[in-house]
Amino acid sequence: MDDRDKNIEVIKKFTNEVRKNILEMAFSAGASSSHFGGALSIAEIVSFLFSYKMKIDKQNPKFIDRDRFILSKGHACLAYYAALSEVGYIAKEELKTFEKNNSNLLGHPIINRKLGIDFSNGSLGMGLSLGIGVAIAAKKMKKNFKVYVVLGDGECNEGSVWEAAMAAPNLNLDNLYAIIDKNNFQQTGSNKEIMNTESLIDKWSSFGWETKELNGNNIEEIYDYFEKNENLQRPKAIIANTIKGKGFSFSENNNDWHHKVLSKSQYEKAKEEIKNNN
Amino acid sequence: MIVNERNIKIWSTIGSRATFGITALELAKEIDNLMVLTCDVSTSAGLDRYRKTYPDKYLDLGIAEQNLIGVAAGLASENFNVITTTFAPFQTIRCCEQIKVNIGYMKQKICMVGIASGLALGTLGFTHCCIEDVGILRAIPGITIISPADSLETVKAIQSAVKSQTSTYVRLTGVSNNPIVYEKDYDFKIGKSIKLVEGKDLTIFASGTMVYNSIQAAKILKKDNIHCTVINMHTIKPLDKQAVEEACRNSKLLVSVEEHNVIGGLGSAIAEYKSSIEKSPKLVILGVNDYYSKGGEYQFLQNEHGLTPNKIVDNIKLNLK
Repeated sequence: MDDRDKNIEVIKKFTNEVRKNILEMAFSAGASSSHFGGALSIAEIVSFLFSYKMKIDKQNPKFIDRDRFILSKGHACLAYYAALSEVGYIAKEELKTFEKNNSNLLGHPIINRKLGIDFSNGSLGMGLSLGIGVAIAAKKMKKNFKVYVVLGDGECNEGSVWEAAMAAPNLNLDNLYAIIDKNNFQQTGSNKEIMNTESLIDKWSSFGWETKELNGNNIEEIYDYFEKNENLQRPKAIIANTIKGKGFSFSENNNDWHHKVLSKSQYEKAKEEIKNNN
Repeated sequence: MIVNERNIKIWSTIGSRATFGITALELAKEIDNLMVLTCDVSTSAGLDRYRKTYPDKYLDLGIAEQNLIGVAAGLASENFNVITTTFAPFQTIRCCEQIKVNIGYMKQKICMVGIASGLALGTLGFTHCCIEDVGILRAIPGITIISPADSLETVKAIQSAVKSQTSTYVRLTGVSNNPIVYEKDYDFKIGKSIKLVEGKDLTIFASGTMVYNSIQAAKILKKDNIHCTVINMHTIKPLDKQAVEEACRNSKLLVSVEEHNVIGGLGSAIAEYKSSIEKSPKLVILGVNDYYSKGGEYQFLQNEHGLTPNKIVDNIKLNLK
């Protein structure tokens, strides 16, 4: 087994744990429901970043030279909290407080640097601008850390995304990554039905970004892209083709799972499916 | 900055916007991690010299105010001391939700400077006038709002806001040849209003350029044996409650004067607090009476909206009857 295979195996194990955490949180949320589908679609991306790619200190979430992560599609926070828990920043017990009264872990991320949450997000279209500010700061401070922003394809309906998209290449921010989770759905329907986001890659390319389209649920593809593309001089936009609700037979490509209560029987079925994946 | 008679006159002549530019230049000398961010308005904001002198501490984000606030918050999250500036409507309302989430909710600390607020740009119409900014930002927790009375106070407000730990909106009103309220140096403290005239009959609370007009109104009223206290409420949020309490104890009438809609601004802030004070006197809120008028020159609009010294006098007399 070479290094690549070993690394990929580690990332896959991490991803599987992230899915388990997502499942537990979604179930414990009970009637308050959760954004299940859009969290599952980014499980591989977030797991790759937190288990392998990003420079972080497992003992110190505030490590000054850490790579910065911004979940611009904040409603997918189940995946984020799940990953932070696997890293060791959020205790498993605390995950159960998801969306409970007074919790640190609401349905959109709230800045809490002890838990590894660097920014508050939730209102769509704001994360990339934050990322630009942080990326500029890194350059001014002569730091090498990178900034990873995860956006949704539905989120790209927001005009503010394109204000930021226009600015980053102008500012030569080669330390900035925008990863667009293209799961082809938004809240009340497919992108095609609501607001067509076809040719996202052309849009980002024409704004001046270095772009790449890949399968965002495929660890090998994600891994190989990031291993090869370290020295490009422009900000990078990755169009990650994903499946909304990825990982469970009942939720894949089923937009009912944008935000839905997970029943006991569905939870049991999902646990069984994860077990069979191992 | 050296505060002397000569500089006070210069700052008054050039107006609050250009005075802001000079203040930024001075701040950049002493603050290493200062960043001034604009949206294609460097000339209007008096930043041409700043831009050339400190290119590393300057960033033009183009005509994109939502991005402006997000980028400012990102820099602030890495401990940069950030000033953003553009025309008041675009500095506040255009990017209101970005301010709410990044500055209010997430508490990233920045200083926002809204230039040409109020009625200064009346010939350009009400797209460019700004009579809503205080009301809108006042509803967002965690943001201090300052409306300086003259150019010297503009210097002091911006210096204080940049050095403060709290995010601040500095609302600049007036045009060039900004009337002088303060002829010499004085103590400025965020949140602490300043009594400029003392009189036993009524209290006028004013902000921005209306401080000068209110002093003039008080002088006219004095001739008719009506004695006004005039208070410079440079900080609209947090409100100087003590000053309101004192006025309620000592005056028969309270008046607020501002270049803002009568809904949501200084007058509203005073009314909200005053409503908790038993047996408090009547409050007359002078400002733009909740409508968009036809446009025109600054003085024309002040007259149209009852904000010239004479119109303030008329209104006060009407309410004293």
